[in-house]
Amino acid sequence: MCLAMPMQLIRLTDDGSGIADLDGIHYTVDLSLIEDPAVGDYIIVHAGFGIEKLNREEADERLQLFARLAAGDVVGTSKR
Amino acid sequence: MKYIDGFRQADAARALGQRIAAGFTAPRRDREVAIMEVCGSHTMAIARYGIRDVLPAGVRLISGPGCPVCVTPPGYIDAAVELADRGLTIVTFGDMLHVPGSQTTLAECRSRGGRVEVGYSPSVALDLARRHADREVVFLGIGFETTLAPVIAVVDRAAREHIGNFSVLTAFKLVPPALAALRADPEVRVDAFLCPAHVSAIIGADAYRPFAGPGGVPCVIAGFEPLDILLGLEGILRQLADGRADVDNQYRRVVTAQGNRRAQELIARLLEPVDAPWRGLGLIPQSGMALRQRYAAYDAARRHGIVVTEGRSHRECRCGDVIKGKQFPADCPLFGKACTPDSAIGPCMVSSEGVCAAHYKYAGIGEASS
Amino acid sequence: MTTEAIQLAHGGGGRLTREFVEREILTRFGDGPLEGLPDGARLPRPAGAMVFTTDSFVVQPLEFPGGNIGDLAVYGTVNDLAVCGARPRWLSLALIIEEGMPLDRLRRLLDAIRTAANACGVVVATGDTKVVARGQCDGLYVNTAGIGDAIPGFELSPNHLREGDIVLVSGPLADHGMAVLAAREGLAVGHALVSDTAPVHRLVEAMAPRAAAVRWMRDPTRGGAAATLNELVDGRSFDVRLREQDLPFSPGAQAVADLLGIDPLHVASEGRLIAVCAPEAGEAILHAWRARPEGRSAADIGTIAATADGRGGRVILETVTGGRRLVDVPRGELLPRIC
Repeated sequence: MCLAMPMQLIRLTDDGSGIADLDGIHYTVDLSLIEDPAVGDYIIVHAGFGIEKLNREEADERLQLFARLAAGDVVGTSKR
Repeated sequence: MKYIDGFRQADAARALGQRIAAGFTAPRRDREVAIMEVCGSHTMAIARYGIRDVLPAGVRLISGPGCPVCVTPPGYIDAAVELADRGLTIVTFGDMLHVPGSQTTLAECRSRGGRVEVGYSPSVALDLARRHADREVVFLGIGFETTLAPVIAVVDRAAREHIGNFSVLTAFKLVPPALAALRADPEVRVDAFLCPAHVSAIIGADAYRPFAGPGGVPCVIAGFEPLDILLGLEGILRQLADGRADVDNQYRRVVTAQGNRRAQELIARLLEPVDAPWRGLGLIPQSGMALRQRYAAYDAARRHGIVVTEGRSHRECRCGDVIKGKQFPADCPLFGKACTPDSAIGPCMVSSEGVCAAHYKYAGIGEASS
Repeated sequence: MTTEAIQLAHGGGGRLTREFVEREILTRFGDGPLEGLPDGARLPRPAGAMVFTTDSFVVQPLEFPGGNIGDLAVYGTVNDLAVCGARPRWLSLALIIEEGMPLDRLRRLLDAIRTAANACGVVVATGDTKVVARGQCDGLYVNTAGIGDAIPGFELSPNHLREGDIVLVSGPLADHGMAVLAAREGLAVGHALVSDTAPVHRLVEAMAPRAAAVRWMRDPTRGGAAATLNELVDGRSFDVRLREQDLPFSPGAQAVADLLGIDPLHVASEGRLIAVCAPEAGEAILHAWRARPEGRSAADIGTIAATADGRGGRVILETVTGGRRLVDVPRGELLPRIC
């Protein structure tokens, strides 16, 4: 029930909003639900609001897992 | 698309599908494993990516009540239409436009001249109210915790700016009480929950602890991309094979154990839990949220003196049973005949993520009924 | 710069009409059959068959990233002729203008029509102008009808489909519809997403040496590739099998699709060609398309399959997971959703 996409913050504005980017598409995003947003952060955006920051270490680790899967590596049990 | 494409990567998805099939042993006797995917966005994604095709026989995915459109009673639409008929401006998410009320839909109301606007964000409604001080604007506030937070943030803003012509017709629902109701229902047999991605971002992974543990079921939180879903399902099957019932957060890149504290504080400040009627599940105690008394001016029901009743559903509509996972869409006598996406009788068919709509659109290729 | 606007009298048939036509229409389209403003155009008959089509354009907003209603009105009709295997030659141009439309804006749109017509080598041969009262149309409605010369060799019909035929697309899908939707929803797209409004007749010309191998073609406008391909196999004993991995979408269009929850297969392109051809001609056609700038990203996206159980008429997508789903006929309205 929650269509939301990771977008990168490219600008912060005074009124608690920011401009977020996804592949060159820019969206004005309300940041009142985000603690200490910073330019460069990836934010999950739902209904025009940032609802959480993306944890890039976790994301990168997961992507690496998938890259290994794609390469045919027999990967161990999924991380608990 | 840095953090999107990688989660849709085809070779990895196929490898994962094969790994799931290879690792899965059908359970004892002819009993299928029943996994309930709680969230409508999971329903959509599972259908969109044909994930049922990839799963081994013996694993059954049931769609749960996580579609806020589907669980909203027709009376809510009736109330919205009544407000539009009074000349108010209704702003709604696109999802609600074709949902049948007792008699009509918001789309029909709009074609009759009702002021019904579609917006992708509650901020759109507040902007409208700011720009047109002469118009009373009502935003249709449906949704679970993910959507609740943005809507209430907009109410907070309206209150701070003393906007005098804006209110929200609330029909907020909470996921954990619905899970509790399902667990308590003897007719519902679920071996595990695939838990929502973004609701969990707000409420935190720990919110599912009451449903795991001894006597509980595995609760795996997964994102909405196909690789996320496959990994989540694999996690569930592993737990079941091992006889475990743990909360497993497979969406750590967004979901933390405690969730979004800021959102939770805002929600607690403006809202209080209330009993709420769920289409198909009946009244679930403390499963909804209403604006606190000091925000009454922003509560459309109080402000405009309107009562949201249950409304009337079609006699033969089985949406309730389908939402509980007791029936497959194909088991409903109306499915595909009187009830199709173009002439929908119940919300499960209308909603873009309704399980019937998903089955109608995406299935029909080797899909079986129960 | 002028602050003038169109008045009802501009459509009244009197002096203002005459001035408007002379200043705005004849100056742009007056070389050719429109010279002297006859009531009808006298055109030479082609050697072979003639193809005739019409389309009306009511897009909102009138100007969107990458184009405007003027370009659309020319390319839309040119493309309808092209997908019938014809060389576009003549257009009629009918304008219905709302009272109060700024003249500046109208001139921009008329310039776009002229530029587009010249770019396609088509001549605006006849036309009409009407003005309606404020509120009776959204700024401007345009109708164009087109006449083209049938290119010998093309025999196009869904009846010619065969098992194993392949489905080709000339470039990324859905850019137009997504650009328009983004403009309406207030998403700033910059250069990341522009309408693909363009003529496809040169791509069709490039196919002419292989015309005999081409079963059918269309430009996937309203309703997108989903509507077009469902229309192709509706009621027939064939399915279209698409491969999700091979479907071309620009990153900008995909981003808007994901942000608003819209299926890009349901979204219009206004400058793309979908063609079904015999498999042995696929490589040559793709090669010919890719040699042209507008066909640079052409791709093979699927096949035609005869159905085993006789139940056909479906468009089936093989997804990235290897699972399958049905690509349905779109409902009609593109609604942003949050669920």
